[in-house]
Amino acid sequence: MTLRFTFDGRDYQGRNGDTLASALLRNGVHVVSSGIRTGRPRGILTAGVEEPNAIVQIEEPFPEPMLTATTVELFDGLVARGLRGQGRLADRPDPARYDAIHAHCDVLVVGAGPAGLAAAASAAATDARVILVDDQPQPGGSLLGAGELLDWVAETVAGLRAAPEVRVLTRTTAFGYYDDNHVIAVERRTQHLGAAAPAGAIRERIWRIRAKRVVLATGAHERSIAFADNDRPGVMLAGAARTYAVRYGVLPGRRAVVLTTNDSAYAAALDLHTAGVEIAAIADLRSSISASTSPDAAGSEWARRCTERGIEVLPGWAVSAVTGEHRVSAVALRALTDSSSTREIEADLLLVSGGWNPVGALFSQAGGRLTYDPALAAFRPDGGCRQAVSVAGALAGTYTTSGCLSAGVEAGGGAGLITLPVVEEPEAAPPIAVWTLPGAGADAFVDLQRDVSVADLDRATGTGMRSAEHVKRYTTAGTAHDQGKTAGTLTSGVVAELLGVEIGALGTTTFRPPYTPVSFAALAGRDRGMRFDPVRVTALHGRHVARGALFEDVGQWKRPWYYPLDGEDQHAAVLRECRAARENVAMMDASTLGKIDVRGADAGVFLDRLYTNMISTLKPGAIRYGVMCRPDGMVLDDGTVIRLAEDRFLVTTTTGNAALILDWMEEWLQTEWPSLRVRCTSVTEQWATVALVGPGSRDVLAGLAPALDVTRAGFPFMTWRDTTVAGLPARVCRISFSGELAYEINVSWWDAVTLWDELSARGVTPYGTETMHVLRAEKGYPIIGQDTDGTVTPHDLGLGWAVSKKKADFLGLRSFARTDNMRTDRKQLVGLLPVGGELLPEGSHLLDAPELPEPPIRALGHVTSSYHSAALGRTFALALIRNGRALHGQTLWATLDDRLVPVTVAGSVLYDPEGARRDG
Amino acid sequence: MAERSPLADVDLSDTGDRVTLAEVPFLTQLDVRTSPSSSFPEPGTFRTDELDGEATFIWLGPDEWLVVGPPGAQKRLTERLESGRLESVSDTSVVDVSAQRTTLELRGPGALELLALGCSLDLHPRVFGPGRCAQTTLAHTPVILLQRKHCVTTGEPVFWVLVRASFASHLASWLLDASGDLTAGH
Amino acid sequence: MMLIPCPWCGPRDESEFHYGGQAGVAYPADPGALSDEQWAHYLFFRDNPKGPFRERWSHSAGCRRWFTLTRDTVTNEVTA
Repeated sequence: MTLRFTFDGRDYQGRNGDTLASALLRNGVHVVSSGIRTGRPRGILTAGVEEPNAIVQIEEPFPEPMLTATTVELFDGLVARGLRGQGRLADRPDPARYDAIHAHCDVLVVGAGPAGLAAAASAAATDARVILVDDQPQPGGSLLGAGELLDWVAETVAGLRAAPEVRVLTRTTAFGYYDDNHVIAVERRTQHLGAAAPAGAIRERIWRIRAKRVVLATGAHERSIAFADNDRPGVMLAGAARTYAVRYGVLPGRRAVVLTTNDSAYAAALDLHTAGVEIAAIADLRSSISASTSPDAAGSEWARRCTERGIEVLPGWAVSAVTGEHRVSAVALRALTDSSSTREIEADLLLVSGGWNPVGALFSQAGGRLTYDPALAAFRPDGGCRQAVSVAGALAGTYTTSGCLSAGVEAGGGAGLITLPVVEEPEAAPPIAVWTLPGAGADAFVDLQRDVSVADLDRATGTGMRSAEHVKRYTTAGTAHDQGKTAGTLTSGVVAELLGVEIGALGTTTFRPPYTPVSFAALAGRDRGMRFDPVRVTALHGRHVARGALFEDVGQWKRPWYYPLDGEDQHAAVLRECRAARENVAMMDASTLGKIDVRGADAGVFLDRLYTNMISTLKPGAIRYGVMCRPDGMVLDDGTVIRLAEDRFLVTTTTGNAALILDWMEEWLQTEWPSLRVRCTSVTEQWATVALVGPGSRDVLAGLAPALDVTRAGFPFMTWRDTTVAGLPARVCRISFSGELAYEINVSWWDAVTLWDELSARGVTPYGTETMHVLRAEKGYPIIGQDTDGTVTPHDLGLGWAVSKKKADFLGLRSFARTDNMRTDRKQLVGLLPVGGELLPEGSHLLDAPELPEPPIRALGHVTSSYHSAALGRTFALALIRNGRALHGQTLWATLDDRLVPVTVAGSVLYDPEGARRDG
Repeated sequence: MAERSPLADVDLSDTGDRVTLAEVPFLTQLDVRTSPSSSFPEPGTFRTDELDGEATFIWLGPDEWLVVGPPGAQKRLTERLESGRLESVSDTSVVDVSAQRTTLELRGPGALELLALGCSLDLHPRVFGPGRCAQTTLAHTPVILLQRKHCVTTGEPVFWVLVRASFASHLASWLLDASGDLTAGH
Repeated sequence: MMLIPCPWCGPRDESEFHYGGQAGVAYPADPGALSDEQWAHYLFFRDNPKGPFRERWSHSAGCRRWFTLTRDTVTNEVTA
């Protein structure tokens, strides 16, 4: 099938199964991008995820920056362009869906090459639960590029797919290896379909895999060698060229020169030759290789095969020059030991193999160690790892197919349970380590994506850099979005050479997740928009919505903020709601307050230790306000304590602290006071709570609760009654957070709507959190977390009356006597009256002079709450001010925008200081 | 007016053809805190018990169980617990938490996958079979999860998810959204 | 994502737990008998070792039990 695509504004055609890179090569496009610093034209170096050069931006169907052409699967209608190192984010919201899924298995196999497939099949044969992940569209790994054992691959994959406890995930990259064998992978589900992707389908899925055991078969990446002009389009890794020819049916050039340090390039040369590429010469940096066709020549089987095909093998030869800027046109070779022996060869392709680097990123992330193996000329996993992980195949330094297969079977745990195909392979000759060729300097690149050359590394070491990590940060080598997959070991090799140390002693830089770039959208998954964090709502939420409430987030809760009538703004709505509460009757949904049932013979003793004030003396039927501190004496929470029976209390917490206080209680009970016979149970959503507030509240309640004695004497302040309200079983508490006559009516969460509708039918005005804040602030009642910040004691808040002087100990007591807490200049909560009627911003700083002094400026304190008051007919604020109570009546200055405005310090209780309105 | 369950206004029918979702409202739920004894199920398990033949005892912690029964059984179950089952009443609390959580029943061939989209526990039948329970999080929401049984006709698992009333609409909305993303087979 | 072994519920993701800091820091029997310095030591001073560390965790999203374990602060390995 023909696929149409556009690259850099020109239209091309590719084939099904192409990557963008193979399709570009198919169309003779060799310049894909340009160097980020040098601007030099750059082509395609690799055929996979390790690509440093061919960086592209997809424009259609949806903009995606910084992709590698070697991993973008071609689809019809693809529009892309090459990048010079930097992409561009989409300027419109991504319409695609993303999600995440958890998975568990006995054996996770990463990589579906020969070792990984064998490991998965072997593990599956033991009846283990197996997950096999591979980043390619189809399993096979290196076998796909070599065209080997494809029948075995197909057969094995079919068997795995049919097994009930095996999951095969293709197009899935394991990018992070975390504690306790937690491996995170991203599955690309619809990108390869382009615009044909089904609407609403999940585009990418994050897999969070917890494995009992992990087999890493992540293979190896070929690396280059640093020589002058090694970045020219047409310079390609030998294995990549082989993949393009064998797997994609594309010839990356017509006439090639090969430069190698190891056997693998010979196999590539032979396959390319078979495919129709003329191989002009193979320059093998190993002088020891014999090109003799004699079967006795030890270790030169590959060279012999090439010679038999008429391919010239030049042992001990190197590349001395590359000609051609936009495409290689000729390659000069020179004998290493005899500089007078040279060749100038016309070629459009220079195939390089500087050796193979085991892909140790995940193994390293798992905590495993990579050490340099001179026999392999590479870093490889060395020894065990604290996590249950094993390595197999090229990752372990095994480069024969038969070796990979048997290592995979071993790692999978099913040795003896499956049969392997027999593979004939030539005897191998050992590779050598070569990092630079003679004359490598400013044009000899180690990191193509960052344009870091041998000269840059020389400058770094010349400056005094001595470690791989320092050189990385000084030169940026290895910091591009390929994270130095082709550059890392090469950089270390060159630096070791420059410093005259062993590469093994120098080491490499640290591998960190993600192995390949992952989109933020995929990581966010379903946790976007309204599902970013759970939204908690009360039983009355639908009623609030219907009344047109605007909502405020309080922790995870949605609370009604205010209920504007037609044409009202917030200011007008809040003034109206305040007036209704102060002058008539109003109601608020208070169901979000945390409620904890505290029960047991020692419940009173327990609460005495947690609260600053005395709780055990509370009589059943009565209610007390209480403050909790941490041992450091700072206020933790406040609320009411209801004594339901001798051994039973109901404690309320602030909305945001319900879970925290229950945990707090359990912590002290379980870890410090296990002998106390106390049980704590959350009942926050068992009860819905409506606060009925205002001088008219008594009449409304009396009408709904005919059996309840609502008189002052019959139902005094700070007591509670079980009764029937609106025909519902209810607990009514005579408490007030506004200073007005008020009741809190508690009914079953299931009955909340009935109660609310009955109150609404009686014309009670609903009010939201903003009005609640104004009403309580007028009375100087602090809100924990708004007027406090973890450095405030009860005394600072003026709540010294709630601190017991009788109890031997309670949490916080000892700290009240600490020197710092006895200072007279601690910040204290006071009221503020702006002289000019301004509304001060919360957080506004307070100074003792009308002009800003020279820095450093030491503020006296800051505004914690600030409102318009209907009852006072003015604006006011609460503030924490150093020694504030002593400043009563004085003028201070508050920051407001870029000016200072005068404010008068007042007491914190600004409305009804006598408390005359409390009993109606 | 009638009692209203937390999901009374939520249409749970649009879950595709791989799962079904239903609210089981108004169940009696009693939180029992007491010393461990052999008459209560082991950690991580629940069982339906002879107590009226209708109460399900769910392990929540080493000294905590949730007793779930049919609607309206609060008084009867509390009395039976306090008169018979509990060994030391002084060290025991039975608290009515019936309205604290509502119950979602989830079944169908896609039920396991749907849960895996939001829950980190291994719910594979080899690990989490019928009779297993756990307190954990689903869609970042605290839940009590029960593997009730395998459906007699299809052999597929039936789960109960007990969720706090305030989180119920978030969780239902999440389940409805995620149910559209289930894959055929695995 | 570490797995924390809850003694009751088995291994669970660390996100189900609350961290409780160094284990074995008991609330003093008689805080009133301590000097400011001794009391400050209880309030504010904790070990911060590189290596094994006895610490408290609470399975807050599960059984809500507190327990103590030893974790290596370098490798996150839980050893006891």
